[in-house]
Amino acid sequence: MSKPETEIVVEDPAAPASDSPAVTTSRTVDVAVSFLLLAFAALLAFDNWRTGMGWDSTGPQAGYFPFYLSVILGGACLWGIAKEFLARKAAAETFVTRDQLRRVLQVFVPTLLFCFLMQWLGLYVASFLLIAGFMAFIGRIAAWKSLLTAFLFVFAMFVTFDIAFDVIMPKGPIESLFGR
Amino acid sequence: MEAFGLLVYGFSVLLTWKILALMMVGLVLGIFVGVLPGLGGPNGVAILLPLTFTMDPTSAIVMLSCIYWGALFGGAITSILFNIPGEAWSVATTFDGYPMAQQGKAAEALTAAFTSSFIGSLVAVLLITFLAPGIASFALKFGPPEFFAVYLLTFCSFVGLGREQKHKTIISMALGLLLTGVGMDTVSGQLRMTFGSSDLLRGINFLVAVIGLFGISEILLTMEERLALRGHAASISLRVVLKVWKEMPRYWVTLLRSSAIGCWLGITPGGAIAASFMSYNLAKRFSKDKDSFGKGRIEGVFAPETAAHASGTSALLPMLALGIPGSGTAAILLGGLMVWGLNPGPLLFVEHKGFVWGLIASMYLGNVVGLILVLTTVPIFAAVLRVPFSAIAPMIVVSCAIGAYAIQNAMFDIWLMLLFGVVGYVFKKIGIPLAPFTLALVLGNRAEDSFRLSMIGAGGDMRVFWSNGLVGSITTLALVLLFWPLVGGALGRIRSAFAGKTA
Repeated sequence: MSKPETEIVVEDPAAPASDSPAVTTSRTVDVAVSFLLLAFAALLAFDNWRTGMGWDSTGPQAGYFPFYLSVILGGACLWGIAKEFLARKAAAETFVTRDQLRRVLQVFVPTLLFCFLMQWLGLYVASFLLIAGFMAFIGRIAAWKSLLTAFLFVFAMFVTFDIAFDVIMPKGPIESLFGR
Repeated sequence: MEAFGLLVYGFSVLLTWKILALMMVGLVLGIFVGVLPGLGGPNGVAILLPLTFTMDPTSAIVMLSCIYWGALFGGAITSILFNIPGEAWSVATTFDGYPMAQQGKAAEALTAAFTSSFIGSLVAVLLITFLAPGIASFALKFGPPEFFAVYLLTFCSFVGLGREQKHKTIISMALGLLLTGVGMDTVSGQLRMTFGSSDLLRGINFLVAVIGLFGISEILLTMEERLALRGHAASISLRVVLKVWKEMPRYWVTLLRSSAIGCWLGITPGGAIAASFMSYNLAKRFSKDKDSFGKGRIEGVFAPETAAHASGTSALLPMLALGIPGSGTAAILLGGLMVWGLNPGPLLFVEHKGFVWGLIASMYLGNVVGLILVLTTVPIFAAVLRVPFSAIAPMIVVSCAIGAYAIQNAMFDIWLMLLFGVVGYVFKKIGIPLAPFTLALVLGNRAEDSFRLSMIGAGGDMRVFWSNGLVGSITTLALVLLFWPLVGGALGRIRSAFAGKTA
């Protein structure tokens, strides 16, 4: 075997440990989701029944198609639930481990904050905060690199969408300072 | 040779500096999307769709389809150099591609992958060029019952032929169809399932859902994994390219077989993933030297790449001819068509000749340019992987948010995107497939309309779906496919019983 060419190596020191304990099993989530969807199907079926799920002189009423779809959805959920309870498998697959959940929340919570902030600060400022904050605090990348990257990216987005393509995004007080 | 003349016309539409520049931009963005973890063909196209809102439809589709070709090419780079499939359809490429890279033959493997991708697409584009116009003009005779039967066939084949658990496919599809019904009913003008919310009045936008389902959820899933990687840098010299190309004709059977598999699975909703695995396995089975597979055999790169590209490309055939997408990405392109004010379906070939033939011509040109581009720029794209994911993840989130907001200028859509992100994450983890969901979201309204129009036309008589030979056979085929597991099982039993008697 000849020597491989120059290597590219990227480390991930904060990677989730492979032996991290499971938070919940796939089966539990599967059943929970099935029940949730079943409730959703029941709600939609009721709403469509109220709209009118029968026939009138012009053909099927507005609720006809979605009503039967919610029946199908509910039926498929029941089928899934029944299957899970009848199977009684002992071996449970892990849905998510504690470490994995921590990492997922590390992205999800900042994204949620970003969406909240966007309503007051506008999309561009919120984006700058998200990128810089995420890189610096979660990625542990040097502050100047994080700030610079975030600024360049947001600036490029602003130029592309707002100036070049006329796609208008939510804006906040800072953009109005510059009269945009 | 009418198709040939129209193709030349298509090239004439295409050959302007503006469109060629957009093509290059699309290809480069696409390769990025294919290489980066947490981004793939469907979400790449979905996120970049807003860029095209102000363009004319032809430029827009050329750019978006080039993103798609780029993503198909890009997936192979990470599979071979890093043993990380950038896309699910390039998993099979890692089997022999990565061992080749380890043996110092990365350049050969990459050349093989790119060239066979090119061949796969070429076969599929030829198929589209000569088959799509015929199918479209045939479909012009379709009335609402025929269209509903074709939609039914699409949905049923997903349930019957999919590898996922049947009830999960049905859940995914029914949910998608239900969500398209939210808002104003197009026939009667009544409000449905809005629960008094004025935001839901507009309905649930397909693209918002897709950006959440594929963009946001993919980031959540990627974060779960260990993101460390170790791989080979490679550059491709002309000598290696010529060497691989000289070897290539020896594998013409594999290439042809894989193209055929890819085209077939692309047109039917089997998809590129199934196609790449199937053609890898068949190449292995028909090989004289089975044991050398998985240890760096060049044929093991040719087979899955040819099939994946043939399938990804031919998925556009039913989209163009019938308005039914053959894959998730094709579904998003179809969503784009509607945004640009085009009505997908067979009429496209009559009313928007420039658009259709421009797109088909761009498939030829895009693949040639793409091949040259990836062969010359591999080192740059491989280096992109050095960028830490903690920088990429928030940028993807921002791009998703821009994409979701731009569609209807509504903050509500951002929240919807977030919700779909969580839904997509959970669904993927418990094995509810997202492809039927996407398909249902994009086809839902038209399926319902065609059903109701046929019912109105027939006075509520369900027998309209068996009223003539054509619609009857499509409907019957749909039902056979829906119950395929049962039918196939029964056939197998009959055959084995029969074989037992004669033996």
